[in-house]
Parts: sequence; structure tokens; C-alpha cells
Amino acid sequence: MEFGFTIAAYVVAAVLFILSLGGLSGQESAKRAVWYGIVSMALAVFATLVGPGQGLWLLSLLLIAGGGSIGYVVAQRVQMTEMPQLVAAMHSLVGLAAVFVGFNAHIEMGNVLAMSHEAREGLEGFAALLAHKSSVELSILKVEVFLGIFIGAVTFTGSVVAYGKLAGKLGSVATKLPGGHMLNAGAAGLSLLCLIWYFNTGGFLPLALMTLAALFIGYHLIMGIGGADMPVVVSMLNSYSGWAAAAIGFSLGNDLLIVVGALVGSSGAILSYIMCKAMNRSFISVILGGFGGSTGPQMAVEGEQIAIDADGVATALEEADSIVIIPGYGMAVAQAQQNVAELTRRLRAKGKTVRFAIHPVAGRLPGHMNVLLAEAKVPYDIVMEMDEINDDFPDTDVAIVIGSNDIVNPAAQDDPNSPIAGMPVLECWKAKQVFVSKRGQGTGYSGIENPLFFKDNTRMFYGDAKASVDTLLTVII
Amino acid sequence: MKIGTPLETYVGEARVAMTPDSARQLQKLGYDCAIETGAGAAAGFSDATYVEAGVEIIKTPAALWKSVDVVAKVRQPSEVELKRMTSGKTLISFFNPAGNKDGMELAKSKGANVIAMEMVPRISRAQKMDALSSMANIAGYRAVIEAGNNFGRFFTGQITAAGKVPPAKVLVVGAGVAGLAAVGTSTSLGAITLAFDVRPEVAEQVESMGAEFVYLDFEEDQADGAATGGYAAVSSPEFREAQLAKFLELAPEVDIVITTALIPNREAPELWTEEMVAAMKPGSVIVDLAAEKGGNCKLTVMDEKIVTDNGVTIIGYTDFPSRMASQASTLYATNIRHMVTDLTPEKDGQINHDMEDDVIRGATVTFDKEITFPPPPPKIQAIAAKPKEVVPELTPEEKRAAEVAAFKAATKQQVTLLGVGAALMLLVGLVAPVSFMQHFIVFVLACFVGFQVIWGVAHSLHTPLMAVTNAISSIIILGALMQIGSGSWLVILLASLSIFMAGINIFGGFLVTRRMLAMFQKS
Repeated sequence: MEFGFTIAAYVVAAVLFILSLGGLSGQESAKRAVWYGIVSMALAVFATLVGPGQGLWLLSLLLIAGGGSIGYVVAQRVQMTEMPQLVAAMHSLVGLAAVFVGFNAHIEMGNVLAMSHEAREGLEGFAALLAHKSSVELSILKVEVFLGIFIGAVTFTGSVVAYGKLAGKLGSVATKLPGGHMLNAGAAGLSLLCLIWYFNTGGFLPLALMTLAALFIGYHLIMGIGGADMPVVVSMLNSYSGWAAAAIGFSLGNDLLIVVGALVGSSGAILSYIMCKAMNRSFISVILGGFGGSTGPQMAVEGEQIAIDADGVATALEEADSIVIIPGYGMAVAQAQQNVAELTRRLRAKGKTVRFAIHPVAGRLPGHMNVLLAEAKVPYDIVMEMDEINDDFPDTDVAIVIGSNDIVNPAAQDDPNSPIAGMPVLECWKAKQVFVSKRGQGTGYSGIENPLFFKDNTRMFYGDAKASVDTLLTVII
Repeated sequence: MKIGTPLETYVGEARVAMTPDSARQLQKLGYDCAIETGAGAAAGFSDATYVEAGVEIIKTPAALWKSVDVVAKVRQPSEVELKRMTSGKTLISFFNPAGNKDGMELAKSKGANVIAMEMVPRISRAQKMDALSSMANIAGYRAVIEAGNNFGRFFTGQITAAGKVPPAKVLVVGAGVAGLAAVGTSTSLGAITLAFDVRPEVAEQVESMGAEFVYLDFEEDQADGAATGGYAAVSSPEFREAQLAKFLELAPEVDIVITTALIPNREAPELWTEEMVAAMKPGSVIVDLAAEKGGNCKLTVMDEKIVTDNGVTIIGYTDFPSRMASQASTLYATNIRHMVTDLTPEKDGQINHDMEDDVIRGATVTFDKEITFPPPPPKIQAIAAKPKEVVPELTPEEKRAAEVAAFKAATKQQVTLLGVGAALMLLVGLVAPVSFMQHFIVFVLACFVGFQVIWGVAHSLHTPLMAVTNAISSIIILGALMQIGSGSWLVILLASLSIFMAGINIFGGFLVTRRMLAMFQKS
């Protein structure tokens, strides 16, 4: 690290990383921002490769190329609807890498400490850095390594479980082992004991034990969180992977790692906060899993769900002037975004005002719906946020709910005993007419009955979202 | 009692306050009706039709004023006319009380009770006697007709064998009653119609009439029109600026401009500047319905039609209702008749001037030898109150106080946080070695930058943000790269695996982000 060039390159890279995140404030500048990110990453890797203490650079390059080609293929092939699980899967890689790098730091530490003074002088790179550390610094280093491995391990298993849930390989229902949060607390306590043990002895055993405990925490914590909270989970894991990188940066004395880790960590933390706020839930209650805090019985829902067929919907759409479409996870699952976009194009061609209302937690990722609609070439200026469009519903002729449920649940406002009471929702029931495209009469992810479906101005348009919209397209030409 | 209507003395005034139809209705209320000879002639009602309706014809104005108990007329009465009033007589007419102090004094000294038709409060119950609205309706219609008369092209676009005709573009400024009437007339003639008003809540009405509402790029909580009785209030200088800029942009496109902007008891605001007139195409027409109050365009000459140097016709007539005297008289006479109906609750032909009644109280300017203008605010809220008014409006002082309190709280919170943070830092600094502190400072600063930057990220870009942060979190590759040079095979193996995984992440993350962002496009 004594190389001035490496440091200078790191400074440039850090600035570019910041610009890359800041550039995401607008759709157009974002396209430039990604290039900043790519350049800075290339610069950082290059500077490290030519930096001091680096050996086996050919192997490194080969490995990067190998990993890169896999990453390239995956990125080209992935469907936009599979974005949540892809992001989760990638987080697990970062977590695992952090664990490995942490172990390496531990092994190196052991090697260096075993050497005589003379031998230490001949060392280079990371080992040389270690060799010059005082005993206090070494103690701090131990804590850093320990933290890095802990967070990395939690991120790894947590992301794997999140991937499984999002990809439908694991049930999305919140499940807990007997003992619930006590198990998590126990594992965390065990990790703390291991930290003290490791701090005093520096042996590998406490480190290995802690790793196992952390892996368990990651698994059990995310297993206990239901599907509807996945946007928070994914951004939280995103945050963790950043903190893991930062902790490793401390132990390796690498400022760029610290800076970027902190950037990613705070970014994920803010996203989690925004998501929680959109659901009117505290971060803690999301992490601890399941819905809590509801007292008393929920309001009974009266009335019946009235079905309608494609012709009925088409007639209403032909007569309507202003239409708002509210997509949800159901649209993503059915891959109906292209058909919805086509419907939008045809309605707009007839001179109708068609807009999309996006709830902040619609889908399974922050901004999930925006990405899907963008993929289907829906212009982003007719895609509105909840706050922008909520006041317009009373003037809307037809609101179409496609595969969303909890985010349009009037119980959040009307029923103080509802588990989602107080959560901001899209007030689509104020539109003159509401059509709900839905597979069957079941409840949403949170398992709550939705009074919207029983309202007088609501008609249920049963069927798979894609098939339903398809039949609509045959009628509306 | 006897109700009489004299011939209007104002030059060019063709309207009359009583028609044969309204006279029949008044007689049903128990009144005798009288009219000065020839009073209805200009509006197309001959004396014979009045006689047929049972109306007495009186030869001279003096005799009429003397013999009747209630006088109904259109224009503000002249001094001569007012002097003819005696104690206990009632005058129902336009009176312009805000600009007619002398008239009020004179009426007061004569002991006459005067009901000013323009003072009828704008509440639902009083709409049937709202003469301002009925006259404004006519003015709006006539303004379009007058403009068409001076405009050398069709209103509607046509494609004919003799060539294509573009549609006329009409801009109506001020969407009150006159403005809306103009909008309706213009759209039904087939012109492309734009309308503007300082009260954004009328956009819906404008659009319901088939015109396009001109929105400004301007953020300000507009005063709710309902608070001022449905009339426009004076707007802020910033708003005015945005408005003028928008008009200047529109000026070269529009063929016909109809300005109707009036603020009660003020000179008409200047909305159409000379610069805009200069920017208009030759042959364009401006109709200034505010000409009587100085005009919305300063080039307007009251009661005249002028043509500017660049060929723009500016019409400043103030007698639009009078130009449609028959229609205007029918409507006005009906307004008067409704007013008399309210004044005669017993239908016994006797005026019962009930000063407790909101409408009658509001319209009365002199009563029982006293001036009763301006009236107290009506007890009933003007126009149905909007639901958004449920939130009590904070006064500026309260708002400021709340802002200051919020600011103080924020400051307090921030200072506390900073204090605690600084204390913690110092504590760490006491124990930790320098090398650690150097990194720690970098870490804290990076967190801070991260927080500042991420708040600005657009909501719709949250998924790309996740993908990008995911890609750059593979910066962990640096750690592995630093370690791979080690001598231990175990370290090399682990580091290699890390590099491999991070490699997947870097390429995958950035590529996916690029794919996503490429999809975002404007319509």
C-alpha cells in the first residue's frame, strides 16, 4: 500500500463510486452513472493488481475472467421478473467471499506471528502490514476479522434463504423452528462468547464455532420473515453485504474497501428504512418476522365478490376517460407486463388517459414494478408514485388492480384492528369502478381478507393475470 | 303596490327591466305593473304587447316615478332619476355601490330603499336572481360572436375541395361565468379552445366544457376561490410572472383572445401586455370584456374597436348584453321577478323588506334612511365548502411558529446526535491506536456521504440501485487480491474462490443494471 499510485487510484475510484450512486437520482443520469461504477471498479482492481505485495496476477485475471463470463451469461439470460432472486443470490456471493477473506486474514495473522523478527522484515503486502502491527492493533484486528466473518456469514445464509423464497424453491410463509427468537438470541450470545474467547486466544476454534452460529442466524432469521416483507429483507441483506466489506476493509487496512462498504451499507439501510415506512412498520418488527401488534378481532367483511367477464371489463374501459392501473406482484408472477403495456398502448391510442399507480412496496424488490413496466416499454412519465396519484382516484373512471392485494386494502384505513392498519395504501376504491384481476378468492401474502373485493363498485376478473389481459386484448382492438 | 319600469336613459342602453312575461308573473304576486311608453321598444317589446299583458303605459318618466311604489330598472340611476325617489319607495337596479357614494347619499336622504342587483350574494339560493351571472353569460357568448364577426376565417377546421382550413385557436382568460360561456360558444363553433384561470379548481369546469385548461409550471397553494365567494383574488407577483410568461408563449399561436379577468372592486389586472399583442398574428382578434374597468389589455379603448399597427383588432365594447337586448332583458327581468318574489313572501302585493334574510340584506345598499353597504358576510358559506377545507387553515403566524418549532426540534435532535457521536468518537480515540482511527474517520465520512447521496435516488430506480450497490459490494475482491500472493496454499485457495465469486458479481451486477436502465424511456 505504500505505492502512491495505488492510493491515488483508490481516491479516484472512491469519487467515481459516489458519483455512480448519486447519478441514480434521475433516469437519464443513471445511464451515465453505471459507467462511472464500471470504470471505478476496473480502476480499483487494476490498481490493486499492480500494487505492492501482489502475486499470482495471472491466476487472478483468469479467475476474474472466468467469474465474469458466468456473470455475463446470467445477466443476459435473467428475466426481469426474476430480478429479486438474482439480487439475493448475488448478495450471498459477496457474503461468502467476505467469510473467506476473513479466514485468510486470520490464517495470515497466525503465520506472521509465528515468524521470527528477521523473517518478518522480508514480507510484502498484507503480511508486511500485519508484521508492523503493535499488540493493541492486533487486538483490534481480531475484532475486525471476527465482525467481518460474522456479518459475511449472516449475509450468506440469509441471502440463500431469501433467494429460495423469492424463487419459489422454499415456501414463502414465515416459518420458525421451535424456540423462535430465543434460538437467534442464543446463537448471537454464543457468537459473543466466541468473540471473547477468540480475543484472548486467537485460536481457530472460536472462529469456526462463531461462523456456524452466524450461518444459523442468517438462515433462521430470514426463514422467519414472510414473503410480503421481502423488499425490506433484500435491501437489508444488501446493507449487510456492505458492512461486511467495510469490516474486512478495516482488517486489511484498505480504505477503498471501507469507503465502498460504508456506501453500500448506508444505501441498503436507507432503502430498508424507506420500505418500512411505506408499510408503516418498524424495522425491528419486520426483522423479528411476522405481523405483530394487532389487538382485538378484525372487522368482519360483508357482502360478496361479484365476478365479471372480459366483455364487461372491455365495455367499461371503452367508456372510461381516465384509467389507473395498479400492478402488483401477481403481474410479475404471471409475466403479464407486456400484455398490460399493449393494453395501455391501445387505450392511449383511443385518447384515454392511462396511468400506473405504483405503491412503494409493490412487488418483491424496491422499485420492482418500475423495472417491469420499463421492460415492457411503458413510458416512465405515466408511471406515478402513490403520493402523486392517490388524490386523483375520485376523478378516475376505472381502476384496474392487477395482481396486487395488500397495497389496495381499505382495511388499512378503516379497521384499526387490521394487521396492516395505518399502512399507506392506494385508495383505488374511490374510483368510479374497480376491476380486480386475481387468480382466485384467496387472500394476499399477509393472509388478510381484503374488503375492497366486496365493495359495490368492485368487480372481480378472475384468472391468471396474463390470460385475463390477453382475452381483454382480443376484445379491445 | 305598483311596480314600474322607466325607459333607460343611458345612451345606447337597449335593455328593459320588465318584459310582458315577467309582468304577468309579477301580477300573480299581487302587484300592478306600469311601464314608461317605449321602454321595451329597443329590446323588441312593443307597448302593445305590454298592454296585452295587462301593463299600464305611462307617458312620461316623471309620472311613472311618481305613481309607482317600486321601480325596477337596469342601469345605475342618474341623479335626476334618484331625485324622483321619495320616502318608502323601493328601487331595484344595478347600482355600483362601491363606486357610487353620491348616489347612495342621495338615496339615503330621499329615504328610498335601494336593492343593488350586483350585490346579490353568490349562494345557491340566490342564483335565480344573480343578474351579474346572467349578464356575464350573455357577454361571454357575445364576445365570441363579436370576435367571429371581426375574424377573417372559419372557427372550425375544414378540408374542402378548395383547400384545407386550419381551425381557429381561441384563448379565454378568466373562467368565470363569462369565460365559461365564451368557452362553450367557442368550442361549439368548432375552434380549438384554451382557457386559463388563477383558480386551479375551475380546471375541471373548463375541461367539462370541452376546452383545454392552461396549466402553469408554478407551485403555490392557491387561495381557494370559495373563500372569496367564488371570485378570483389578487395573485402573487411570482404567479403573475409565470402567467405572463405562459401567455407570451401562447400569443403567436392563438387567433382570438377573450379576456374576462375582473377582481371585485379593483381595476382590471393587466394580463395581455403590448408585447403579447405585438407577438400575435395579423388578423387576430382580442375581445376585452374587462374594458369597463380599464381592460385586461392596456391597448383597449373602452366602447371602441381599434386595429393595432400589426393588424390585431381589439374590441373594447362594454355593452355586450345590450347588444342582445331581447335575450338580456328576458333574463334580467326574470332575475328582478325572482327578487320581487323573495321580497313578497305573502304574495299579497306588499313589499316585506326583511333585513334578516341573507340575500335581501346582502343586496340592500340603503334602507330606512341609512346606508347599509357594505353588507356583513353572509351566514351561509358561499359555494359548497370543499372537503379539503376540513383541515383548519393555519394563519401565517401559526405556520411560522410551527416551522420554527419544527426547526428547533430538528436542530436539537441533530445537535444531540452530533454530541453523542463526537463523544463516542473521542472515547474510541482514547483507546484505539492512530492507525485504526485513520481508517475509522474514513469509514464515518463514507457513511455520511452514503446517507446524503442515497436520499436523492429516484423511487423508480430503487431496483437499479440495489443492482449497482450489489455490483460494487464485490469490491471485496480487493481483499482477496491482496491475499492471493500469500505463501500458504489454503489462503490461495480461499482467495481464489473469493475472486471468482466476486467476478461473477461484478459483471452480473453491472450488466443487469445497464439492461434495466436501458429500458426506462419517456413517452
